[in-house]
Amino acid sequence: MSSLMHQGRASYAFFERNWNLAKRYLGWEIVWLCYNFINALSITFISKNTQILGHVTQAQVNYLTLYLVIGTSVWTYLSVTFEGVTDVITFERWEGTIEYTFMAPISRLTHLVGSCWYAVAHGLAFTFVQLLIVAAFFHLDLSHANYLTAIFMLLLGSVSFVGFGIGASVLPLLFTERGSQMSYIVRSVLLLISGVYYPINVLPGWMQPAARISPATYVLNGLRAGLQQNAPIWSPTIWASTWPLLISGVISIPLGLWVFGLAERYAKRTGRLKRNG
Amino acid sequence: MAIPDIEATDLTWNIAIDPAKDAVVIDDVSKVFKKRRSWLPWGKKEQEREVRAVEHVNMIIRRREIVGILGANGSGKSTLIRILSTLLIPDSGRVSIFGYDVRKDERTVQRLINRVSVEASFFKKLSPMENLIYAARLYNMPGREAREKIRQILTRLGIPKDRIGQPLEDMSRGMQQKVAIARAFLTSPIVLLLDEPTTGLDPRSKLDVQTFVRQLREDHDATILITTHDMDEAEALCDRVAIIDQGKIVAEGTIEELRRAVTERLGRTNPVTMNEVFMHYTVAHLISEADIARYGSWEKAFEAFEALKEEE
Repeated sequence: MSSLMHQGRASYAFFERNWNLAKRYLGWEIVWLCYNFINALSITFISKNTQILGHVTQAQVNYLTLYLVIGTSVWTYLSVTFEGVTDVITFERWEGTIEYTFMAPISRLTHLVGSCWYAVAHGLAFTFVQLLIVAAFFHLDLSHANYLTAIFMLLLGSVSFVGFGIGASVLPLLFTERGSQMSYIVRSVLLLISGVYYPINVLPGWMQPAARISPATYVLNGLRAGLQQNAPIWSPTIWASTWPLLISGVISIPLGLWVFGLAERYAKRTGRLKRNG
Repeated sequence: MAIPDIEATDLTWNIAIDPAKDAVVIDDVSKVFKKRRSWLPWGKKEQEREVRAVEHVNMIIRRREIVGILGANGSGKSTLIRILSTLLIPDSGRVSIFGYDVRKDERTVQRLINRVSVEASFFKKLSPMENLIYAARLYNMPGREAREKIRQILTRLGIPKDRIGQPLEDMSRGMQQKVAIARAFLTSPIVLLLDEPTTGLDPRSKLDVQTFVRQLREDHDATILITTHDMDEAEALCDRVAIIDQGKIVAEGTIEELRRAVTERLGRTNPVTMNEVFMHYTVAHLISEADIARYGSWEKAFEAFEALKEEE
């Protein structure tokens, strides 16, 4: 019981620490929020362009607008969450606190889960604010939206995003100088293959199998079905996205932790936990 | 004489500690770092090389002892501390804390130890209170109890009350180091590892820290391993010292024993100082009288010599 309490306290320590850091780095938060919503706006305006090109109905434009808004929102959510998870290592290395965290008497699961649940909450808050701002610029047709399905898909997808994030946070652990930049590659591949702004069937045939192992593909499919077609959680359409996410979540978190454990042992053998590598 | 039990805390309540056991046992520990050549054709044209950071080190530290490891920069002091802190895995040998192996019983060992490094490593935008409450929660301390204890320790270490909530980046290096010391004391470790804890502190702050280290031993039965190249500090604090040079322990004993041995070896009638003992056993003997005259003191000459060695 006491051990559970200890791990609970430690997990909360990461949440509280990250929240305190966000307050102190408020300027950064505002910069990122601006960057994300401007990015989201610039992509969503593409739907207006299709209207100018002609041969499309207003309903089709509205459909495309919502399609792109969902894409930009999921992308923001995935980016912020993913960054929060990979920052578990990057930020601590930058501040020089990494050795203190790694010598604390807590399990790695507690360490990573503690950091991840803040990342998920942060990502959700960020995405919600961005959605509010973008919605002010466009007419979003939400007459067929099932919000319960949307929340369900986002939370279910978070589990897999966290697993992928834990796996990617190994890069800054192993590569002291360039690991953080390397984790951007993982993100950019997810952006390319997951159908964020286009359906995956427009990708070349050899890329499409990769799209099917990305959890973002299923989150987007499920969200679009929920928000554009009013698909309830128990519908076959949503189930088609749910079961791959369940499998992905069940595999990616233990796999991420296992890979992290291997990387930690390697770092402890080679002295890579040291502040500056 | 009966050996009193070690007081259990929220962190150590279910760890069986035999107070009669040696606190720290370092058994034939070696660590080599390998610097690999870049595999890129345009990478640095460095030769692949090995650095023998620690070589066949043996040491036993008894419970409640304060033991100093004296050595120049790059002599292997910090590597040894990192191995004890579970942050480095030795290539060979075994290290145990109260019988618990630092590799096999890593989590148990982590509950028994804490460490202060030469750099005060913190989230610099956060205040001392925010940093320490984070550390306290990791070490299973409830928030309210931790806040009270943090204020007590910081006040005892001379941190003004109005600075406890201010960002650490606005504090002097000395103050930051005191907060780092407070972080280690906060968890009342059974074994405390201090890696040059007073480097960069003014003389008054050094004395504050030394007093606090002694109190930690008296109040919490702590065993303390301290690395330093401040001979005055070693004399003031340590029951025993070991001198490490190029990864090897070259001398070990009480301050008096080492001074007597070197005095006899040099054939002097007046007892030698600890600086002379250190110089005798390490490469620091390269510091000449002319260097001391040039830099103003032995310590300053040593620092200049170290800086030069690091540059090389």
